[in-house]
Amino acid sequence: MTEGKQKIEVPVMADLFAKGEKPEYLLWVGSAGAFDDRYKKVTRAFVKILTHLNISYAVLGVEESSSGDVARRAGNEMLFQMQAMMNIELLNSYEVKKILTCDPHAFNTFKNEYSEYDGNYEVLHHTQFLQQLIAEGKLKIESDLFKDKTLTYHDPCYLGRANDEYNAPREVLAAIPSKKVEMKRNKSNALCCGAGGGQMFKEAEKGDKEVFIERTEDALETNADIIVTACPYCMVMMTDGLKYKNKEEEIKNYDIAELIEQTLKL
Amino acid sequence: MINSILFILLWAGAIAFFAWNIKKISRNIKLGRDLEIKDNKKKRWGLVLKVAVGQSKMMRLPISGILHVLVYAGFILVNIEMLETMIDGVAGTHRILAPIFGFLYPIAVSSFEFFALFVMIGCIAFLIRRNVLKLDRFWKPEMKWWPRLDANLILIAEVILMTSIFFMNASDYILQTRGVAHYHEVGSFFLSSFFVPMLKNLPSETLILIERTCWWLHIVGIMIFLNYIPYSKHFHVFLSFFNVYYTKLEPVGKLANMSSITTEVKSMLSGEEPPMDENAEEVAFGAQDVKDLTWKHLMDAYTCTECGRCTSVCPANITGKKLSPRKVMMDIRDRLEITGKNLDKNGVDYSDDKTLFDSITAEELWACTTCNACTNACPVNIDQVSSILELRRYIVMEQAAAPGELNAIFSNIENNGAPWQFSQDDRMLWADELYINK
Repeated sequence: MTEGKQKIEVPVMADLFAKGEKPEYLLWVGSAGAFDDRYKKVTRAFVKILTHLNISYAVLGVEESSSGDVARRAGNEMLFQMQAMMNIELLNSYEVKKILTCDPHAFNTFKNEYSEYDGNYEVLHHTQFLQQLIAEGKLKIESDLFKDKTLTYHDPCYLGRANDEYNAPREVLAAIPSKKVEMKRNKSNALCCGAGGGQMFKEAEKGDKEVFIERTEDALETNADIIVTACPYCMVMMTDGLKYKNKEEEIKNYDIAELIEQTLKL
Repeated sequence: MINSILFILLWAGAIAFFAWNIKKISRNIKLGRDLEIKDNKKKRWGLVLKVAVGQSKMMRLPISGILHVLVYAGFILVNIEMLETMIDGVAGTHRILAPIFGFLYPIAVSSFEFFALFVMIGCIAFLIRRNVLKLDRFWKPEMKWWPRLDANLILIAEVILMTSIFFMNASDYILQTRGVAHYHEVGSFFLSSFFVPMLKNLPSETLILIERTCWWLHIVGIMIFLNYIPYSKHFHVFLSFFNVYYTKLEPVGKLANMSSITTEVKSMLSGEEPPMDENAEEVAFGAQDVKDLTWKHLMDAYTCTECGRCTSVCPANITGKKLSPRKVMMDIRDRLEITGKNLDKNGVDYSDDKTLFDSITAEELWACTTCNACTNACPVNIDQVSSILELRRYIVMEQAAAPGELNAIFSNIENNGAPWQFSQDDRMLWADELYINK
C-alpha cells in the first residue's frame, strides 16, 4: 500500500528547537485542522504541498491551543486574551516570525489582534502563500484533471471582507486549468456561510432557513461541479448544504489546498 | 421693512433652535465612553471626500445610488440660490444679483431649475420605491409608522419646495413682462417657462400672491427642514461627514481590544497582583446601556439613516432571523434620546432602570455571524458589528448568560484548548500515516 510513497514526518517546533533548528514558517493547524475529520484532510493536503516544495516549516503539535477567535467573537474577551497571551508566549519562545494557516479566522486574529499583546508576526493564509509560490514560479500546475470541470469559489468572510483578500485565492484557481464561475454574491458582497461568530457551535436562532442552505443555493445556481472553499467553517457548512440538497454525489466541495494536492498527484 | 424684520427674526429663531438641538445631540454623543481617534488625518479626510462627499458606497446599489446623488447634489446646488434669497430677504430687495450677473443670471437660475427638477425626480422615484414598489428593506418590522412617515415627510416636503421654485419663477416672469413695480426685468428661465401658460391669465395681484407665497414657502421650508432633521433620520446629512471621518481604519476583521481585561489577564498569568489604579473607574465589561458604549458607537447610531442596506445583506436577517443591524442602530439611538431627556429632566443621578436590553434581545444578538456584510454595505461607515459585540460581551462576562452551547465551548477551550472536547494530546493525530507520492 505504501509502495512508491514516502512517509511524512511532520516537523514539530519543540523537536526542532531542541536540535537548535529554526524553521522559516510556523504552520498553525488550528483546532478544526487538527480535530475536524473533513478539515484534517485539508491540513494533510497542505502539508503534502509544503513537503513537495521543500518548505522549511514546523507545527506546534500538542502545544498548540485555540487561537481564541471564537471566544472573542462570542463575547468572551477574558478567555480570548488568555488564549492569545499563552499562545504568544509560546510562539515568541520559539522565535516565530512567519505564520502559515489554512484558517482565515486564525489568520485574522494573528494578523490583526495579537499585536495588541506583543505578538507580531508576518501571517499568511495558505491561499496567499500558494499564490506567491505560483507567482514566483516555484509551484507549477500542469494537469488536466479539472480541465472539464467548473469551479466556483466561496469567499470566507475573514479572508474577504475582514482582510480584503479576494484575489489570492482566485489567482491560485486561475493557475489550475479549469472553468470558473462566480456566484451572484461574490467578493465583498459574498454571503457568509453562517458559521462565524460562534454560530458553528450552536443551534441557529429561529428563522425561515439556515444560512448555509441559502449560501449552498447560491453555489448550486452557478451549475459548478466543484465548490471551492478556503476556511474550515465554510467547508463544514457547504458540505452540510450539499448533503441537505442531496447533491453530495454530483457536486464536490474542496479546499484550494486539496485541488493543488490532486493536480500535483501528491 | 416689516418683511425684512420678520425675515431676520425667523432666521435668528431657526438658527438658535437648530444650535440648541445640535448642542443636545453632541452632549448625548459625549455620554459615551472615551475613545481617542486622532491618527491619520490625511487618510481620514480622503475618506470623507470619497465616501461622504463622493458617495462612493451609495453606488454599490446603482439605482438608489444615482437617485440619491441627484437629490443630494441637486439640493446643495439649488441652495446656492439661497445666497441671493438671504440678501433679498434682509434688504427687502428683489433678485439683487440679476443686474450684477447680467445675461448670466437667467442661465444660472435656469440651471438651478434643472437641479430642482433632478431633486424632484429623485424624490418622486424614492416615494414610489418606498410606497408603491414597497422595497423589502423599507418594510421590515423595525420600520414602524414613525420611521416610514419620517422618510415620506421629507420626500414630500422636498417635492413641494422644488415645485414652489417653478411657480415662483413663472409668476415672476409674467409680472416682469407686465412691468409690475418691484419686478424688474431679469429675463425668462427655461423650465419654469413651461408653467407660464398655466398662469398667464391670472390677474397681477394673484400672481404677486403666488410669487410671494412660494418665496416664503421656500424660505420657511428651509428653516423647517433645518430644524426637523435633528429629530429625524435625515440628521445623516450632517453627521455622515463626521462619522466617515472617524471610521475605523484598521482591517474590518480586527475587534476593539478591552484594555481593562488585558491588565487583569496579565496579572492572572504572572500570578502578580494587578497594579492598583486609584483613579480607575469601575467599568463594566461590555455594554448594557448607551453610556457603556464609546462615543463612536453613539455617533454611529445618530448617523444611521435607516436605509436598511445593512439589514438586506445580513445573513441572519435574509434567512428570517430577528437580527436586523439597522434595528440595533435605531434602538441605540432611541435609547440615547431617552437617556438625554431623562438627564435634562431628572439630573445625572436619575435612572429609569432600563437598559439597551429592554429593546435589543439576546435572540437578536446571538444571531450575528460577525461576517461584516453590514459594515461593508453601510454608505456612511457605521460599525454595527462593534456595537453588537459590546452587548454580547456584557451578556457573557457580566451576566454569565451566554447560550449553553457557547458556554460549553468556552469551558472546552479553557480545559483542553479547543472548542471541542478533544484532548490536547491528540492534536497531532491528523499527521498519522501521512504519505506523499514520490
